[in-house]
Amino acid sequence: MFTAIVTITMLAILFGLLLGYASIKFHVDGDPIVDQIDSLLPQTQCGQCGYAGCRPYAEAIADGEIANKCPPGGEVTMIALSELLGRDPVTLEDAEAAEKPKSVAFIVEEECIGCTLCIQACPVDAILGAAKSMHTVISNECTGCELCIPPCPVECIHMHPVEEGITSWKWPFPQSDQSNQPEAEQPIREAS
Amino acid sequence: MHSQKTAFSTKRKLWDFHGGLHLDDKKTMSLQADIAKLPVPDKVIIPIQQHIGEAPEVIVKVGDKVAKGQLIAQAKDYVSASIHASTSGTVIAIDEQAVPHPSGLKDLCITIEADCNDAWYEDLPEPMQPFLDYSEAELRDRIRWAGIVGLGGATFPSGVKLNPGPGKDIQTLIVNAAECEPYITCDDALMQSHADEILQGILITLHVIQAGHCLIGIEDNKPDAIKAMQTAIDKAGAGHVEIVVIPTVYPSGGEKQLIKILTGKEVPRHGIPADIGIVCHNVATLYAIYEAVELGKPLISRLVTVTGEGVAEPKNMLVANGTPINFLVEQAGGYRKNVKELILGGPMMGFTLHDDNLPASKGTNCILVTTKQDAPENSPAMACIRCGKCASVCPASLLPQQLYWFARAKDFDNVQEYNLFDCIECGCCAHVCPSHIPLVQYYRFAKTEVWAREEEKRKADIARRRHEFREARLARIKAEKDAKLRKKKEALNAKSGVAKDPQKAAIEAAMKRVAEKKKKLQDAGVKPANTENLTQAQQKQIEAADKRREDNPS
Amino acid sequence: MKFVTSTSPHTFKPNSVQKVMLEVLLALIPGIIAMTWYFGWGVLINVCIAVIAAVGSEALVMKLRNRPVMPVISDLSAVVTAVLLALAIPPLLPWWLTVIGAVFAIVIVKQLYGGLGYNPFNPAMAAYVLLLVSWPSHMTSWLPPIMLNEHPLDFIQTLTVIFTGALPAGLDWDAISSATPLDEMFTRLDLNQMIEEIRQSQLWGDFGGRGWEWVNNWYLLGGLYLLYRKVISWHIPVAMIGSLLVLSSMGYLADPATHPFPAFHIFSGGVMLGAFFIATDPVSACTTKKGQLIYGASIGALVFVIRNWGGYPDAVAFAVLLMNMAAPTIDYYTQPRVFGETQKADLTETAERDKHD
Repeated sequence: MFTAIVTITMLAILFGLLLGYASIKFHVDGDPIVDQIDSLLPQTQCGQCGYAGCRPYAEAIADGEIANKCPPGGEVTMIALSELLGRDPVTLEDAEAAEKPKSVAFIVEEECIGCTLCIQACPVDAILGAAKSMHTVISNECTGCELCIPPCPVECIHMHPVEEGITSWKWPFPQSDQSNQPEAEQPIREAS
Repeated sequence: MHSQKTAFSTKRKLWDFHGGLHLDDKKTMSLQADIAKLPVPDKVIIPIQQHIGEAPEVIVKVGDKVAKGQLIAQAKDYVSASIHASTSGTVIAIDEQAVPHPSGLKDLCITIEADCNDAWYEDLPEPMQPFLDYSEAELRDRIRWAGIVGLGGATFPSGVKLNPGPGKDIQTLIVNAAECEPYITCDDALMQSHADEILQGILITLHVIQAGHCLIGIEDNKPDAIKAMQTAIDKAGAGHVEIVVIPTVYPSGGEKQLIKILTGKEVPRHGIPADIGIVCHNVATLYAIYEAVELGKPLISRLVTVTGEGVAEPKNMLVANGTPINFLVEQAGGYRKNVKELILGGPMMGFTLHDDNLPASKGTNCILVTTKQDAPENSPAMACIRCGKCASVCPASLLPQQLYWFARAKDFDNVQEYNLFDCIECGCCAHVCPSHIPLVQYYRFAKTEVWAREEEKRKADIARRRHEFREARLARIKAEKDAKLRKKKEALNAKSGVAKDPQKAAIEAAMKRVAEKKKKLQDAGVKPANTENLTQAQQKQIEAADKRREDNPS
Repeated sequence: MKFVTSTSPHTFKPNSVQKVMLEVLLALIPGIIAMTWYFGWGVLINVCIAVIAAVGSEALVMKLRNRPVMPVISDLSAVVTAVLLALAIPPLLPWWLTVIGAVFAIVIVKQLYGGLGYNPFNPAMAAYVLLLVSWPSHMTSWLPPIMLNEHPLDFIQTLTVIFTGALPAGLDWDAISSATPLDEMFTRLDLNQMIEEIRQSQLWGDFGGRGWEWVNNWYLLGGLYLLYRKVISWHIPVAMIGSLLVLSSMGYLADPATHPFPAFHIFSGGVMLGAFFIATDPVSACTTKKGQLIYGASIGALVFVIRNWGGYPDAVAFAVLLMNMAAPTIDYYTQPRVFGETQKADLTETAERDKHD
């Protein structure tokens, strides 16, 4: 009887210490899930999700918002988010917007009046210029969020699709693999 | 110490790599004729990007007269290669032209209309003879100047490879003369005709990398080349250069596979040969090094095998950089009937071209034309039956069927988990697949897709930083503005001489407003935006600003 | 000049799924002939019924799935499944049971999982087990081999039995059916009889059941052909037979009175058919070499365990199905060492991954 009590007590103390040690050793600061979600979002800061930027949306997702509201991220982001959060994948809210090719803003410099409205709208400071002198977009930094288009009073900002060059070219998904294409016609294979 | 060896009996122990294939080598057809010297083509189209790395900077203008060997594009970065004019003439265009690339896309090219004099540039550097009088750095600079890249097909700038960096002790130079792909014989022909020069290139390279000895790996289906190289070694008395005859197995010419066969060492994953004290160069590269150092000539031509059942007179030819491929086929007697595909490179790893009006470049080792009879259409892909044939031939010991599974499902995490990036795209798996699945294309698709996503991720990170910086800046500006306003107001208040203690009143008012605002916000369920992820300083600033704002509603 | 384009490689080994399946069928021919010789026309009739049912149901499924029929049928995988099933069932099994088995194999086990290449279980074995647990009496009434059969049925009689169930006049089931040697062995062992006693029965041949030992020999021959043609690799059959041999030898050495001679285990029931034709089914087996050894050895061990202590006389089907379930896991843990991978690099990589997670 006495040994049993001693043993149980010792065990309790041991595990208590272990747990205490673990809670100090493996202490996690803050809420990493928001950071993880944020790192999966495309950071266009376009606000198409209805939030003020990518991070607010990440916070909202962490609080239970559906992860299908990010057209720039498209299906890939939605699936990645679903996997991260262990939720079921859902269809995109705006599938059409997600299909759009990646574009960057372009300012027709002859038409620009130098009003700086677009500069104020750009979430990533990708527009260069000063009052009353023409502006230009640093296309490398442009995320294609289109937030600069509505404020422009002379409509001199256009979206240009990003051109595919040799360095950005991607091998296409194999088309000849007929097992991928259920509806495709499959000719009878000859015994060769 | 190894000088007593004869060509066909090597006592050196050879190692084996996993998998591989015995292929019908079809090499005799292009070895029937001598190496052809070609007439100067009407024009050469020289792509700027002929190597792995940064594109060089064009230093000529349209209308410039250039001479053979003159620098026309200067290497811009460390991993970059210069481009020289391959014939004399006039620059008629610097624009986007179709280049040999699997995408069929265009890239920047310099087009030179040949004046047919083929006159050498006068200011070429002096030959460095004897090379032992020059330091490694000087020789390396010369090799860099010559724009030499790996001519086995990888086109990695050789100057970089010859500078393994501090802390890497190189003992062995391995010369890749395996030439394991069927049809291709340009290295074979080069060894037969220029063995002495290649050996000289080897000695120069040994000197540059300060390595003690050299192993030349040649497949046993090239007896003439082996003999020629052995004769050159014996003549020069180069005892530290040893020929190792290896069995003909595809892909023994893969850099990592060759190193394994010759030394038994494996290049670590994600590593380079220099990590295990080895530098590996192709024979054609060594010949180019010889020309650059001992003759002062830049890399402007190379041997190309024009072959295949679809070519009338298959042969090897010395091709000026930028010569159109249709010109080369013409010089090889033109096309036969029933031509099917035009392949740049060998049948296992080469890629098809959609047009023959494209320039041959530094990496072009073979132009292969297939016919419908000899390369029948592969039947359509069927379902994978997991037979494991692919895994048994994979030289990287991967599980191709699993990779295929994940690549097809676009599961890019798992393809990497199953070591997609160790795949060398040798094509063995797809070659043996009974279901005719285009496995290699799946891997290429997955690789480029993963790269694109990494790039996207990198851009997203930049965008995030820029956005956060902007948010912080806006907050700071606002805070500064508020501070100014408050000061003004204080000054005004002081002037009008308010009876009540202004500080106390302000605090009271502020407390009240804070409470009100909090309540309002709570009711509306709004949270302040973009206030996470701030540094402590930023946070403090914002807090201060908020306080000031509430102190002085304006 | 313009050209068509394709991706590398541009040369191929002349090989196809159809050819692989054809080789398997070819390798089964000696076994089929031997089975027919020893057990009568019923074997051939079953093969025909099963093939027609399997191919027909596969065609139907492809039609329903709105996919082209011919490429799928012409790969001959359904035929292989049907033949394997037909060889596993008793020769006089009523036709509708054979049809149920074949249709179940193709529709439920294969096509519902996505068709060839996607089925986690071996279709023939799954169908066999379905029949065995649902109609145990039908599935265990075998015929005696030809030399013990006092009333061999001719072709018409066999056909009549299979399709109508009506036996020739003057015969009843007890007269023409017989337990399999395996069944006999373990039933009587359960009754605490000694091996020597049991072997007095005329069912016994030199090392296995009479007739059965030779059928298994012919399967072995077919299996060796597959090995020679490199359709299968040696790993699974050798591991499976090897582990069964080792375990049964251990039992035999421990107590020869209650454990049959090791050769009996190997040449009885479906061991040879299982080792060379069923366990090697690439779709449901392991794909890594190391995995195949584990997989094969585990099947052998399970066969021994189920035969000795299980409720059913033969165990190959159960053993194969159980290991089918384990195959993906075995594959996962037996991935080959990638070229250039070192122990140290492995560790750092894992550490790095852990850090990221």
